[in-house]
Amino acid sequence: MDRRAFLRGGLALGCSAAALPLISHASFATAPGEARLIVVILRGAMDGLDVLRPAGAREWRGLRPGLAGDDGLALDNFHHLHPGLSGLMPLWQSGDLGFVQAVSTPYRDRRSHFDGQDLLEAGTAEDAPVALRRQGWLNRLLQGWPGSHAQTAFAIGREAMPLIAGPAPASSWSPDIDLSVGAQGRRLLAALYGADPGFAGPGAAALALSETLEPDAEGGGQRHLDQIDRFARFAAERLRAETRIAALSLNGWDTHASQARTILRPLARLERLILALRSELGGLWGQTAFLAMTEFGRTVRENGSAGTDHGTGGIMVTAGGALRGGRVMGDWPGLGEGALYAGRDLMPTGDLRAWAGHVLHGLYGVERAVIERTVFPGVEIGAGRGGLIR
Amino acid sequence: MNQSDAILAQRFGFGLRMGHPPPAAPAAQLDGPDSMAARYPGDSVADLLTRHLAFRQSRRAHGPEHPETETLRRNLIEADTAAVQRGIARALASPAPFRERLVQFWANHFTTRTNARILRATVSAHVDQAIRPHVTGRFAPMLRAAILHPAMLRFLDQPRSVGPGSPFGQRRGRGLNENLAREVLELHTLGVQGGYGQGDVRAMALLLTGLVVDADGQTAFAHNRAEPGRFAILGRHYGGDGRPRLADIEAALDDLAAHPDTARHLCTKLAAHFVADDPPADLVADLVSIWQASDGDLRAVSAALADHPRAQAAPLTKARRPLDFLIAAMAALGVTGREVMGWQQGMVRRVVVHPLIAMGQPWAEPRGPDGWAEGFDAWITPQGLAARIDWAMTAPARLRPVLPDARAFVDHALGPLGDDHLRRLVAGAELQAEGVGLVLAAPAFNRR
Repeated sequence: MDRRAFLRGGLALGCSAAALPLISHASFATAPGEARLIVVILRGAMDGLDVLRPAGAREWRGLRPGLAGDDGLALDNFHHLHPGLSGLMPLWQSGDLGFVQAVSTPYRDRRSHFDGQDLLEAGTAEDAPVALRRQGWLNRLLQGWPGSHAQTAFAIGREAMPLIAGPAPASSWSPDIDLSVGAQGRRLLAALYGADPGFAGPGAAALALSETLEPDAEGGGQRHLDQIDRFARFAAERLRAETRIAALSLNGWDTHASQARTILRPLARLERLILALRSELGGLWGQTAFLAMTEFGRTVRENGSAGTDHGTGGIMVTAGGALRGGRVMGDWPGLGEGALYAGRDLMPTGDLRAWAGHVLHGLYGVERAVIERTVFPGVEIGAGRGGLIR
Repeated sequence: MNQSDAILAQRFGFGLRMGHPPPAAPAAQLDGPDSMAARYPGDSVADLLTRHLAFRQSRRAHGPEHPETETLRRNLIEADTAAVQRGIARALASPAPFRERLVQFWANHFTTRTNARILRATVSAHVDQAIRPHVTGRFAPMLRAAILHPAMLRFLDQPRSVGPGSPFGQRRGRGLNENLAREVLELHTLGVQGGYGQGDVRAMALLLTGLVVDADGQTAFAHNRAEPGRFAILGRHYGGDGRPRLADIEAALDDLAAHPDTARHLCTKLAAHFVADDPPADLVADLVSIWQASDGDLRAVSAALADHPRAQAAPLTKARRPLDFLIAAMAALGVTGREVMGWQQGMVRRVVVHPLIAMGQPWAEPRGPDGWAEGFDAWITPQGLAARIDWAMTAPARLRPVLPDARAFVDHALGPLGDDHLRRLVAGAELQAEGVGLVLAAPAFNRR
């Protein structure tokens, strides 16, 4: 099958549409419309205080004598941006990039990456029933999505994406999987799978998806950035077709040592992802909401090995034309001794699920009650949130 | 070799091994002793936890980049890699592959996980210590061993659970964590369809208080954390005479092991794993009656499963999981256990660890305590299949300096299960490596 035809046509991908009763399709006040949502999980706990630096806080330089050394780029009269994201300044200036500060999930105290990510992706409280904690919040959104099908949401990348896992069908693909076969091999594989009912669908999809549309970035590029370009190209291709939601992971944020150096690569990848998505999405960028979130923040104090350790409050990065950027949202808790969580972490002043829920409500018209009871059970998304939705 | 030998080798083992006759009948394989645990011995959890403690102490005292800390860290990572190699080597070398598959089945039933790579070898140690010795014994001792093992207690938060009325709970205001209690009832014994309620979960959680892991990495019973009193679980009472005892917990686990809901839950799960995602009702019913008549004798139940006409005759409709796919491919290529044990870490990563991630089954890291998915659709996805194709086309050349002739390889890998359609396609491949890859990527090789 021709790849372009496949991408247009929507062959059912190997989805796991379990025969569970889905929640009512009346969950949306209106049809979900044309908006696109991209959710990025920053695995390893991004140091929000290094990325979005509270340079105007009196205590800042004293807490981070090494890390506060190089000057960031002034965003407003309090916050500086890490120079590793300087390529995003034009987006900040045009209102296409924003931040929510001092947010967290309800996860507290144990500071384990796995547990923190599980909770971030489940979107529940820690004591929620096990069955609920094994569904991603994007999957619960899909369960109420009118006419949702396997390609409505795509997880991109090799690793599992619990954010999207659950009874509602969804697709996954990693653009850097290469079947390592020539044209003749592809024809033979197609014939091999075509004859077996269980393998025909997934086999055809694997062959179609793995056919490269264009040569990979030609020489000169760095491999870790080329991979991001492939991810962005693939995501944009899907989002231009039937896909409305894309989810992916960026790893490498666990900067316990030599953070000034080790955070540069994940920052470069995040910057490249946002820029590549904007350029690949073209006109769709205006209808796109991009949210990047992490399992928890990091300690406010620099540690003994010029890095930071697992903390609590962190930031969420927002981008895309559907969201109003150019500013930092959320309440600032302060860095004074008494203001810290457990004497060591940034105190969370907001639940990041409430911000994400607000975006789902504004972007797709998902009813508030559905978000607060089903997508993020027990979360109050509140009003306004500073007009985050444009 | 006839078709039925090949089907049984695939359904109850890892398929055919190059240069070897097909394995003995699955039930007969269970007669012999477990030779693989002795040939490739593993670590104990207590040893690993003690080494981890030494690592943490060194990190605190000297910092993370100190040579001593680094050596201790590296040794634990190497223990994890060695556990991967051991798991594969045993499967390849064993004269009783059905036993290895049963070890996998029960290991998955009693899934544990750790939050750090540095402790991941404890998952394999749990299997070696608590599962392996019992796969042809009775279920009740396996249940006790698997639940009361430090790796399980740590995984399901049991050391954090404190009886609210215990001296420690009263003094510190600490309380219950129901995680282990719930999973014992829901996953390990009665099953989610079983006849228990929230009251039973809570009573079980109260009864389990006092279980901790001591500084030597061993399970211990801390009386001052145990809730005093008598608890009713499924209508039977435990505890209450004198101070809390470990024996009361063991008695409750034994009763759960003997419960008819447990027999039904586990016989259904065994049949679904080995025969069909939706197993025939008469097969399950026959297994349940053997389970009950034999007081949960796993050798009798497993032998009956393999000997059952339903298991002998049915077509192969299930998907091999990724790890079993890799092992089966290595067996077909003639890779030996000794070779696998000699691999450098980089080889283990390239040929096993990274491909397993891409195929959807990262080593020892299922998402939750319910382990890996059973159904065909969970594994034969576009992405999972693409990763299998990629491996089939590239890994054999890493494993074998000279690849077998692709047409002959159909026989090595599949015997009579390789049909004419496959043979024609393989003969049409332009490279030997693509022909070998086609065999390994074929539906016939990816089913069981």
